[in-house]
Amino acid sequence: MAEHTEHHIVPIKVYIGVFLALMVFTALTVAVAKYDLEHIWGPLNIIVALTVAVIKATLVVLYFMHVRYSSKLTQVIVVAGIFWLIIMLAFTLADYAARSGWPTQLGQ
Amino acid sequence: MSEHASHVPGLAHHFVNMEQQKEAGTIGMWIFLLTELMFFGGLFLAYAIFRATYPDGFLQGSHLLSVPLGGLNTIVLIVSSLTMALAVYYSQMGDRKKLVGFLSITLVLGLVFLVVKYFEYKEKFEHHLFPALGWYNPDPSHLAVQYQPQVRVFLWIYFAMTGLHALHMIIGAGILLTLIIMAQKGRFTREYNSPIEISGLYWHFVDIVWIFLFPLLYLTGFHVGGGH
Amino acid sequence: MATETIATTAEKRVTYLNVSHTVKSWLLTLDHKRIGLLYLFSISFFFLIGGIYATLIRLELITPKGDLMTAETYNRVFTMHGVVMIFFFLIPSIPAVLGNFLLPIMLGAKDVAFPRLNLLSWYVFMVGAGLFMLTMINGGIDTGWTFYPPYSSIYSNSQVTLAGVAIFITGFSSILTGLNFMVTIHTMRAPGLTWFRLPLFVWAHYATSLIQILGTPVIAITVLALALERTFQIGIFDPKLGGDPVLFQHMFWFYSHPAVYIMILPSMGVISEIIANMSRKRVFGYHFVAFSSLAIAVFGFLVWGHHMFTSSQSMYAGLVFSIISYAVAIPSAIKTFNWTATIYKGSVSYDTPMIYALAFLGLFTVGGMTGLFLSALGLDVHLHDTYFVVAHFHYVMVGGAIIGYLGGLHYWWPKITGKLYPEVWGRISAAIIFLGFNLTFFPQFILGNLGMPRRYHAYVPEFQILHVLSSAGASILAIGFIMPIIYFAWSIKYGAPAPNNPWTAVGLEWQTTSPPPPENFTYTPVVNTEAYEFEHVEEIKQAGSGVNG
Repeated sequence: MAEHTEHHIVPIKVYIGVFLALMVFTALTVAVAKYDLEHIWGPLNIIVALTVAVIKATLVVLYFMHVRYSSKLTQVIVVAGIFWLIIMLAFTLADYAARSGWPTQLGQ
Repeated sequence: MSEHASHVPGLAHHFVNMEQQKEAGTIGMWIFLLTELMFFGGLFLAYAIFRATYPDGFLQGSHLLSVPLGGLNTIVLIVSSLTMALAVYYSQMGDRKKLVGFLSITLVLGLVFLVVKYFEYKEKFEHHLFPALGWYNPDPSHLAVQYQPQVRVFLWIYFAMTGLHALHMIIGAGILLTLIIMAQKGRFTREYNSPIEISGLYWHFVDIVWIFLFPLLYLTGFHVGGGH
Repeated sequence: MATETIATTAEKRVTYLNVSHTVKSWLLTLDHKRIGLLYLFSISFFFLIGGIYATLIRLELITPKGDLMTAETYNRVFTMHGVVMIFFFLIPSIPAVLGNFLLPIMLGAKDVAFPRLNLLSWYVFMVGAGLFMLTMINGGIDTGWTFYPPYSSIYSNSQVTLAGVAIFITGFSSILTGLNFMVTIHTMRAPGLTWFRLPLFVWAHYATSLIQILGTPVIAITVLALALERTFQIGIFDPKLGGDPVLFQHMFWFYSHPAVYIMILPSMGVISEIIANMSRKRVFGYHFVAFSSLAIAVFGFLVWGHHMFTSSQSMYAGLVFSIISYAVAIPSAIKTFNWTATIYKGSVSYDTPMIYALAFLGLFTVGGMTGLFLSALGLDVHLHDTYFVVAHFHYVMVGGAIIGYLGGLHYWWPKITGKLYPEVWGRISAAIIFLGFNLTFFPQFILGNLGMPRRYHAYVPEFQILHVLSSAGASILAIGFIMPIIYFAWSIKYGAPAPNNPWTAVGLEWQTTSPPPPENFTYTPVVNTEAYEFEHVEEIKQAGSGVNG
């Protein structure tokens, strides 16, 4: 069966550090959301917001959820989950984007 | 093998040893979180499609949500994730008192989140913003008439996603309560603490969902002004 | 002589069947073998219900006019046939019955990783099934098993919400089974049982679990959204309220296409076992067959748009989905060719399970090849929603999944019950099913190509001859399905006691006793050989009788 590394205990310092980073990123995402970046490039606001969210989620997954120290199998499961979610989002959105027109708008 | 295995506290009969049981539990929870990811994923897909279809509706809709309350809940959840992580740490250390303490703080924070959410929902109902037929009747001074049909789409996504998230918080609170009772009885030791670790994974996952919900729902229209 | 000694010891031996006899000991059992049997009874019941609906459909279609029932009733009948057969029979069939029974034994484990969760999954299934029975009593649903809105969300007057909730709940039973299997395969393998020593049945179930875990949550959220839409009219899928009906189709098929592989993959696993053991040869290209299961599971998630060629899906997306749909044929073909190569120059015995396996090879090939017709973007416009589609998926679902299920049931029946079924009757019924099946569904290919649309209760008189042939075939098929029920029931009381290894097969399940003891093995099995090593079969036989004594 899968070989076992000695169970890793994450030191408290790491938890506190990750926590502070999460708080900073939360402040950052609120602060940036106040500025209208859309006149620079249409989707810039949402891209920044999602990038920050992905960074925060990654921190939680890697440190709070110990994936950085977990077995290969756990890491594969995490990556597979994200991969499948992307399949669903990407293929469906690709269909909508490739149509001659986005579905009709309501009330316009 | 199996004779003396049965003497280990917390080891189920069909496992060979603690290591195998723990591995099964951890992988099981991760696979469960995979299903949760796909479950929420369906709603995220709907969000993406409808946001692209009704950009104005989403901007106006997000103005109906309170950024201070959403932000407060974000902070509450992040702190609760930290306390959950610390609870796992102290369970690994075998420190029962601190384990119970941090689990309790996590539970309280989870309840704070739900109370804030309750007031947010209450406000929506009072303003007739619940998107069901017969309920949805916003005041035109509150929400311009031309945006009302589009904002309705935003609002059902808001209620579906945060409602499903809140349901997970309620389940999480139930799990925490169970863990606190078990921990108080001294069920967990340095050797046997995987229920704490596994429940921690669940709690962090629920936190991650909120990390995405907050910017996608609350902050979407923040830069255009408005809001209240 | 040998059989007699086994028979006498069998009476004294403690098995999972005789360890306790109370109703409670069955309803609260944590033994994966008993849970498998609970599932067997439940899904057999639903197979019967689904069969009754099928009978009604075929009766109505004997004549061109809608004289037996109204269009409205007919809509309900074919919908109920589809929903019952798919969600309450086919999806749980092999994984929940044979998988539950065999997987831990094949791994040399005492049980699945989470026995309580396993029992819970049966109860969740029964709650969902109960709600669906309630739907049935209240008049059923008429939306087709695909539940397309806006018909299902506003116009239908039938019990869509209740049925949606029933399917939502049943979905969780499927998720729990998949989760349990996956963790069991990862963590509970016997010493020495490496991944490439696993029986192909296990590989197939691993791939199936993957789909159950990743796909089922999406159908759950979809039917939940549909139920909300119907209850509150909130504008998810209804275009009038700003919703998007094509989004429903995307989310529905993201699960429901892979769900086809939930039904067919376990069957492929069964066929691998039967063909190897009945040909006394190691499966040709074991690694390819194993990995093709995973490839089918992965590719299966990339092709759902081929159900939507005639919806408003973008033609570019259609093109991509069409091409990837062709790609799925590759791993399926790898399996078919490798099984054929396994039989080649093997020492084949034509017992009942092997007849089913051979039937599978032929019928699945027809089903799969006609699938290629449908994945062709242009041709699908002609064939979409015709009887050609109906015939195609019945060749895969009945000719593939059910034939595999029956083959597996015959193959492991002696292990499950400790009794032998009458071999002659087995062969006769397998032949009847094969003939009846082809007579039922082959004419439907022609009907579809001539333009007969599916889901119609009346049709033009020109089609009558083909419909009559199909209905005649269905009655033969029904006889074929009823026969095993009778002789299986007979065998439990009157059948000869089964030896531990009636097929002189290899695999851990044949090393333990028939029926197995409560924790599967009286010793911890150790595996030193690859799967399907027939040179060792004599040693295994001796080891098997050693366990007995």
